[in-house]
Amino acid sequence: MVSIILNGDERQVRSGSIADLVASLGLDVKKVAVERNREIVPRSTLADVALAEGDALEIVHFVGGGC
Amino acid sequence: MTDQWSVAGRSFTSRLIVGTGKYKDFEQNAAAVAASGAEIVTVAVRRVNVSDPTAPMLTDYIDPKKITYLPNTAGCFDADDAIRTLRLAREAGGWDLVKLEVLGEAKTLYPNMRETLEATKVLAKEGFLPMVYCVDDPIAAKQLEDAGAVAIMPLGAPIGSGLGIQNRVTIRLIVEGASVPVLVDAGVGTASDAAVAMELGCDGVLMNTAIAEAKDPVRMARAMKLAVEAGRDAYLSGRMGQRRYADPSSPLAGLI
Repeated sequence: MVSIILNGDERQVRSGSIADLVASLGLDVKKVAVERNREIVPRSTLADVALAEGDALEIVHFVGGGC
Repeated sequence: MTDQWSVAGRSFTSRLIVGTGKYKDFEQNAAAVAASGAEIVTVAVRRVNVSDPTAPMLTDYIDPKKITYLPNTAGCFDADDAIRTLRLAREAGGWDLVKLEVLGEAKTLYPNMRETLEATKVLAKEGFLPMVYCVDDPIAAKQLEDAGAVAIMPLGAPIGSGLGIQNRVTIRLIVEGASVPVLVDAGVGTASDAAVAMELGCDGVLMNTAIAEAKDPVRMARAMKLAVEAGRDAYLSGRMGQRRYADPSSPLAGLI
């Protein structure tokens, strides 16, 4: 297990890639974008990037919004 | 007779861009978008609710393959946050046409033009095509264009105010000075406001609250579609001159 900050909250998650984490959360990888320690992680590389202790991840998607 | 407009090389028929916020539910939102005829909708970028990943998503109701999603930085108060948000949006959606807005304060939601200009430069350098929310100032509009804005989007009145176009003169000056599309963004309250924007020669109008907060949003969406089309036609047809006194429409000759 590793301890990470996921969308602002501390969480214990299983070690593995970011793609593993996204899948374990039940999210469709095609509908989200991931930022790790303030750097975008391209979707094509999500499976290659291993989670490290203390990583700060942001997982975002599109929601309704106006001007 | 097709009357298209294009932004950054992409052509659209509808000159109405609608937001996707403040609706009762996704069904109503989708119905309003359909009634508006809009081909572009603005969307926000927010954290996924990781505790409820099965919650319905906007993309389940408004198909990004049919409707162009225009990611928007609403809620960002400095250039860094706005740029970061749009980098994520580009990764999530895979397109670079975006709407930049950097707000100055919560009370008026007026743009912070210094941060907006800075963000425009950075985004253009990174290959984004930013459509930029701004004050109704022809000089600021020119500066944004020089910085790489692909469209100028001056406010007609504060966001969500429904006050209508407060300064027609400055909007018109922006239209006359710009070589990129100009779209009124914010302030429209009802159909006549949208028509005014189009009669001033704007290329389009963006609105959200005027439709979402109407008692019958779907009907208002249709009204806005018609108003934008009417205003555009009125602009292209070249309106009559104004006189200070009456001028009879019926011939004076042959009166009994």
